[in-house]
Amino acid sequence: MLELQDIYFNVKADDAKKEIINGISLTIPDDKLVVITGPNGGGKSTLARLIAGIEKPTSGRIILHGEDITEMSITDRAKKGIGFAFQQPVKFKGIQVFDLIRLASGKRISVSEACTYLSAVGLCARDYINREVNGSLSGGELKRIEIATVLAKGSVLSVFDEPEAGIDLWSFQNLIEVFESMRKNIKGSSILIISHQERILNIADEIIVLKDGKLTAQGSKEEMMPQLTGTSSAVRECSMLSGAKEVR
Amino acid sequence: MIQIDEIQKRLLKEVADLHQVPEGAYNIRSNGKAIGRASTANIDIIPKENGSGIDIRIKPGTKNESVHIPVVMSQSGLKELVYNDFYIGEGADVVIVAGCGIDNCGPEDSEHDGIHRFYVGRGANVKYVEKHYGSGHGTGKRILNPGTEVYMEEDSSMEMEMVQIKGVDDTNRTTKAELANGARLVVRERLMTHGEQTAISTYLVDLNGDGSSADVVSRSVARDTSYQKFDAKLVGNAACSGHTECDSIIMDKGRILAVPGLEANSVDAALVHEAAIGKIAGDQIIKLMTLGLTEAEAEEQIINGFLK
Ligand SMILES: Nc1ncnc2c1ncn2[C@@H]1O[C@H](COP(=O)(O)OP(=O)(O)OP(=O)(O)O)[C@@H](O)[C@H]1O
Ligand SMILES: [Mg+2]
Repeated sequence: MLELQDIYFNVKADDAKKEIINGISLTIPDDKLVVITGPNGGGKSTLARLIAGIEKPTSGRIILHGEDITEMSITDRAKKGIGFAFQQPVKFKGIQVFDLIRLASGKRISVSEACTYLSAVGLCARDYINREVNGSLSGGELKRIEIATVLAKGSVLSVFDEPEAGIDLWSFQNLIEVFESMRKNIKGSSILIISHQERILNIADEIIVLKDGKLTAQGSKEEMMPQLTGTSSAVRECSMLSGAKEVR
Repeated sequence: MIQIDEIQKRLLKEVADLHQVPEGAYNIRSNGKAIGRASTANIDIIPKENGSGIDIRIKPGTKNESVHIPVVMSQSGLKELVYNDFYIGEGADVVIVAGCGIDNCGPEDSEHDGIHRFYVGRGANVKYVEKHYGSGHGTGKRILNPGTEVYMEEDSSMEMEMVQIKGVDDTNRTTKAELANGARLVVRERLMTHGEQTAISTYLVDLNGDGSSADVVSRSVARDTSYQKFDAKLVGNAACSGHTECDSIIMDKGRILAVPGLEANSVDAALVHEAAIGKIAGDQIIKLMTLGLTEAEAEEQIINGFLK
């Protein structure tokens, strides 16, 4: 269980103070899949980065399983069981897909073990395991590898920042299945997904809407879906297919 | 047969991946003397008469054979200058593994200056691998100054892999190449310097023949207060293509100077230079930290990958 207690996050931009997260308190309970949605620039990725320890809140506390981790480093949080798939996967030079999966798993693993994680995200493992994690991989491929690293890590709280971005619609079902299977085996852990996709919202236990650094709505999927469907926070694939712009 | 001590064994393993006497032709030089040598039916290794080095003669058409010529030094204060000349016959296809390991636990400098000249015959293919390695806690420096000259006849190709990752205090490497029609040269250099080490690498490649090409790529890491200079000049004298690249990571108080040099003397010469120097990207470190690595472990992995 993760608790955010009255989190504020300000940055200095052009000598002015910019408030990016504006007093957020929320709980991600054990055994639940929570989806955060909301407009671009609302602060979703920032919140995820605060949870992972990449940013430190200006004020407020972050509690993981009763332990205050507010001052804890990224590494220590990862060791305590926080996993984070970036919105923009990082590229390397020379580090291969296998290296990254091995590092994520935190132990010596065989190539075939590493391959199971790649297969889970719909990549034909043999073709990728020796590829370098660099710009020669497509955006969608990088994104899947990013998700595979979080699967390989195995976490008590797994955070995915827009996992669907760059993943083609034909593979989307596969991605949903990845999350559904994580949801099935969730016992003792929790999953936080940042997403605009209606089909991801649909597998949530709870949905949170984040706008201008504040929680503007929160509830069970059943309560939330009716008010979100058709808005920019819940894009259907068909509107993406037809190339329609998101409505703001 | 060959008597070598543990230090020399370790050096041989580092520079040539050798655990025992290699297959094929070889010449093992230890503390200034050849301690083992073998020729094969197609590859002759002949000591120069004045004792200044060896000639390696590879018969035309020799296929899939290898030559190992490692050098190890474990005696502090030794300085040597060695000439190795390779004559690679037409159409031969061979692997040449050189390398030098110096262990210096004494107060005096140890230095090995190896001059390698390659005469690559028409249509021959050469893969050349050279590793440099230094160890030992003496205050004496470990110095390596390799000079390489490559003369490439028509349609020959040469791939050079040169690695210096650890322990060499001072290196001044010069590589010169001349390419005839259709000749192809590929160079991959990997370098890491630390402490107060300095490494200078200078290339001068003359693309004299139509259809010749050169691709010289250096990846390097400079840590602590070390200094590196990468100076690569390509001269295009014909319808040729050339590319040089220097991709470097700088850490601590390291310093790197990359000097691009392109000279086109023919309107059909296409030459490109790329150079990038910077510290390890912060987001790479952060990503690995979110997988549970410490900052230092993350840096190590990133550098290992970079120099792989
Ligand atoms: N370090 C920073 N300095 C200045 N502005 C920042 C910083 N970090 C985030 N911001 C700003 O904070 C706002 C929230 O950004 P964030 O990336 O969290 O949004 P988001 O909800 O994830 O958006 P999207 O849906 O586009 O991914 C944006 O306006 C962004 O420009
Ligand atoms: Mg975002």
